[in-house]
Amino acid sequence: MGLKPRLSERGAQRLRIWLLLAPALSVIVVLFLGGLVSGFLRSLNYFPLIGLNDPNLDAYRSIFGDDTFVDSFILTFYIAFVSTFIASVLAVAAAVLLRPAFRGKRFVQFLFSLNLTVPHLVGAIGVLYLFSQSGLLSRLTAAGGLTDAPSDFPALVADPWAIGIIIQYVWKEVPFIGVIVLAILLSVGEDYESVARSLGASRWQAFRNVTLPLIMPGVVSASIIVFAFTFGAFEIPFLLGRTTPAALPVLAFRSYTNVDLAARPEAMAMAMVITFLSTLLVWAYLSLTKRYVRT
Amino acid sequence: MTAVRESAVMGRAGVGRWLGIAALLTFLVLPLVPLVIWSVAFRWVYPDILPSEYSGRAWSSVFSSTNDVLGATIDTTLVALVVTVLSVLIGVPAGRALGLHEFRGKRLVELLILAPIIVPGLAVALGIHTLFIRYGLANSLVGVAIVHLIPTLPYMTLVMSGVFANYDADYEQQARSLGAGVIATQRYVTLPAIFPGLVVGALFTFLISWSQYVLTLLIGGGQVVTLPLLLFNFARSGENAIAGALSVIFVVPGIIVLALSNRYLAGEDAAVGGIGNL
Repeated sequence: MGLKPRLSERGAQRLRIWLLLAPALSVIVVLFLGGLVSGFLRSLNYFPLIGLNDPNLDAYRSIFGDDTFVDSFILTFYIAFVSTFIASVLAVAAAVLLRPAFRGKRFVQFLFSLNLTVPHLVGAIGVLYLFSQSGLLSRLTAAGGLTDAPSDFPALVADPWAIGIIIQYVWKEVPFIGVIVLAILLSVGEDYESVARSLGASRWQAFRNVTLPLIMPGVVSASIIVFAFTFGAFEIPFLLGRTTPAALPVLAFRSYTNVDLAARPEAMAMAMVITFLSTLLVWAYLSLTKRYVRT
Repeated sequence: MTAVRESAVMGRAGVGRWLGIAALLTFLVLPLVPLVIWSVAFRWVYPDILPSEYSGRAWSSVFSSTNDVLGATIDTTLVALVVTVLSVLIGVPAGRALGLHEFRGKRLVELLILAPIIVPGLAVALGIHTLFIRYGLANSLVGVAIVHLIPTLPYMTLVMSGVFANYDADYEQQARSLGAGVIATQRYVTLPAIFPGLVVGALFTFLISWSQYVLTLLIGGGQVVTLPLLLFNFARSGENAIAGALSVIFVVPGIIVLALSNRYLAGEDAAVGGIGNL
């Protein structure tokens, strides 16, 4: 007698869980998976509504045969990798700087987290007005006698090395990763480090072998989000980047909004490549760093 | 002797730390400075370090009714409010299921909810656009609000999952056994316990929608003009003064939210995790 009601009780519990999840899952399945599937079919030139009934790989062949796409891919990967790396290193340094108690810490922390909520677009415009060849920094070097004309100032916006884009990402993501690392540092405390120091470890050794492994999981999970974002972001390279090669999302958007509708399957193919690569890169990054996290 | 050397080292480290903090904060605040100056500049030509003439023209133009700014602000706010309400209504139950219960298929559900945060919005939005054209949702505020759920709903769900993971559902049992009804229990037991997390999550959800650019551009098809679209156009066409003033308006809600929720962000909080998408 005791068994049957308990089983049904567990069934009711499971039903309740899935009912709680149902609205969220439906939205994500319909919008997210629906969008991906629709894009995938379109990338295969399959669109029965306008009489395209035979799926093929023409769009993929076309984009991979095109140097523009390959250059864009390399550029996008480079931007995402360099930005994430620099932002992570600076964020750890910033968190270490901000860890101890000092006077005015609340105010310093508020300024540090200020641009967490500043939209990327605003940061990009700020970088534009600050680092362009007629921007504020260029005017300062002119006043200091270092440059005579805008063209003497190095091109940091729409430049071949995407420096403006990287500066913007680093600017925006240092506080993001930094706040997460700082929270871990504060919750761990300084005890482990003091023990290592009293046992004769140098400052660097204590940091490298005690503190770093403790904060690494946080750094990794935050930098995965940053990597995926910088790989797929649109408005920053759209504003601060060159026309060719353009970042992948910019290239996909341009070919989607091309007046020639025949370019749309190619845009969809690029979207699929972006999706696949960002998933793959996140997975690779995870499995690479997992080893490091454990040591 | 050693004590003296120790304190000397500490003193130097102190100065070094302050120099480091100063450099850090300068880097973080500096890009916002030209935006503020531009908003009140009338003539600011190379190589002047400060404008040679100031004016409130950009500000009065931004607030004048002949401009698109007011309409764009209303649309942006409206979309963000609708998106926030929907994300809360849908995300809180899902967060409860994930935070409180272990069940078969949980990993898969978590993966599905995490996926929209990892996969770039543009890649998904291209496919959605095709669907939305067919169902008449493209180029409309409704369509834009729906598509904003892609970044906001997973975020709200993850925040609430974190909140419910630290919540003790036994209090609900106790309230029920003392005779409280389902609604009364939710109202007087559950809601007060999850309220701070709920508010912080909702505020950031609002901000995520508020600052969306490419999803609005694509699904709105130029018919729906929100603040970020307007801002981008002014910045692109070299209207620096108006772009500066709009930038200031555009960051104000975020700074208010940050000031309000600062103490909640101090911990290793799930709320921080989603800001990477902002």
